[in-house]
Amino acid sequence: MVSQKVKFKIPMKNHIQKNKSYTVSTNLVYEHNNTRNTVNRLITALAALFAFISLVPLILVIGYVIIKGASQINLDLFILEPEPPGYDLDFAGGIGNAIVGTLVITLMATFISIPVGVGGGIYLAEYSKGGILSKFVRFGVNVLAGIPSIIAGVFIYAVVVVSKIIFGSTFSGIAGALALSILILPIVIKTTDEGLKLVPDDLRKGALGVGASMFTTIINVTLPSAFKNIATGIVLGLARAAGETAPLIFTALFSYYHISSMQDILSEMSSLSVLIYNFALEPYEAQNQLAWAASFVLVLLVLMLNIFARIIAKATSDS
Amino acid sequence: MKTKEEKIFSLKQRPNSEKWIDLSFRNFTITMASMVGVILISILVVVFIESKDAIKEFGLDFLVTADWDPINNKYGAFTAIYGTTITSLASLALSIPLGVGTAVLLTEDILPKQLNELIGIMIELLAAIPSVVLGLWAVFVMEPFLRPFLNLLHQYFGWIPLFGSEASGPGIAPAILILTVMLLPIITSISRDSIEQVPSKLREAAYGIGASRWCSIFNIILPAAISGITGGILLALGRAMGETMAVTMIIGNSNNFSFSILSPGYTISSLLANQFGEADGIQVSSLMYAAFILMVMTLIINIIAQWLVKKLSLKYQ
Repeated sequence: MVSQKVKFKIPMKNHIQKNKSYTVSTNLVYEHNNTRNTVNRLITALAALFAFISLVPLILVIGYVIIKGASQINLDLFILEPEPPGYDLDFAGGIGNAIVGTLVITLMATFISIPVGVGGGIYLAEYSKGGILSKFVRFGVNVLAGIPSIIAGVFIYAVVVVSKIIFGSTFSGIAGALALSILILPIVIKTTDEGLKLVPDDLRKGALGVGASMFTTIINVTLPSAFKNIATGIVLGLARAAGETAPLIFTALFSYYHISSMQDILSEMSSLSVLIYNFALEPYEAQNQLAWAASFVLVLLVLMLNIFARIIAKATSDS
Repeated sequence: MKTKEEKIFSLKQRPNSEKWIDLSFRNFTITMASMVGVILISILVVVFIESKDAIKEFGLDFLVTADWDPINNKYGAFTAIYGTTITSLASLALSIPLGVGTAVLLTEDILPKQLNELIGIMIELLAAIPSVVLGLWAVFVMEPFLRPFLNLLHQYFGWIPLFGSEASGPGIAPAILILTVMLLPIITSISRDSIEQVPSKLREAAYGIGASRWCSIFNIILPAAISGITGGILLALGRAMGETMAVTMIIGNSNNFSFSILSPGYTISSLLANQFGEADGIQVSSLMYAAFILMVMTLIINIIAQWLVKKLSLKYQ
């Protein structure tokens, strides 16, 4: 089919330019070389290029972490303590204490933020009726989520480390956990609030209607049905805490030794993220290699937690 | 005398112990919810009180002087404020087209659905990678790779003050690039959400009167989603200003002020990360002052961002 082009003059109107001729195609065949189709394809290609560029760093980072880190994985790495930099140029030891430290600090942080976060979330979803306090708390949660993580570290440094408020300890694992819990809190409170809001109101009314108290309703009916959402939030919070460094560098500091007793959470504690930060900036090759190995373990841990959270969330939407 | 039925169906009072549990649980949740406010306000108050000495000593000159001299105890945060501003704005300028472009691609039916989902998941995973790992990668892989290109930039555009020095290692430019990587997932996911919230009627109407795909995206869909996208961009800006680890590792940590983005510099958060551990006296107070400035800046940006995001979600409900 040949496209027919007709030139004609549009009658004079206010909003159309005088005496300008317009080309109008009268058939409905897709014209490949039409300007607007070409421009369309160009912008589509540009968007695809942008998406590709966005993905390149992810692939490169994960690739390098696997190449440089996974090759060093062996049993010693998981058990031994790191050697002080410069002590032995060929062997930097392991990251055993850092793995334990990360697990202990993040678990402590999560346990600190669960009562506050879930309790606050229950208030927002179940008790508040859109009053001033709930508006203020929701606003506060969003603001708290946007506070730079290093500020949480500075705050805990001033309140806990300098004042020695916790059994006279200065830099300690518990101080690091407190700093991290400030960062997790908004995540837990938000997911609890949203999870509880998704519970159908009929369940609540049914429970209250058969004479259950508010407490019984929440504990036995609404919380269990929102459990998966809340669990997702907590696991995401764990993942966030495990990857954070800034709040730990002057609260938990770093240690070269394994923890041996409960007493040790009151003293300086190592973590994977601080180990990476410290050892990446050392001039020694062995320490840099250890930082890559620690990165591999940390990325694996964080990604697994994220995927785990995704699986929990998916199980919710299916049921 | 009551019959058996009457006994069963007579109203039973709730025991006092149960009432007490009910009430104290309610009070517990209220206390926990108020904790958020308490934490937020005490962060503000504590940082302000700790920075009082420096505020008294240096006043507003702190914002515009560039000396950071622990020997003579003279402090000014201009280098760090300049670093924070330039890194966050430049990384935002790079990540907006990339992020919004990706978001549009993911919401259109250009690619097969499975591929869209895969890209979406990968970008969310990018957000999950700890910043210290990105910093490690930037130090050992990205910066050595980029150095020749940055030097070419200096060679040809050296007359612009921004490129006025040679790239010899860590500096502001690599920090900008690694920040871009960190902002991308935020901008992409929020833009994607806001574009998906635009009612499909608008798009159908645009196609109906003969608009092409990109014509309707630029003229109808993006303008309709603009307040959500702007909110996402502002949230990303807040994140960029507060981001610490990757930036500290790659920015070079130097207090010698230079306009050039190829030379090492400081941001407020990297200044804190780098110096807080070994500071004392008025230096701690000056660092707290810098932290206070950073916090006020991020607070303002976050509040505006939330207001904008809320505005959009109300518009289409």
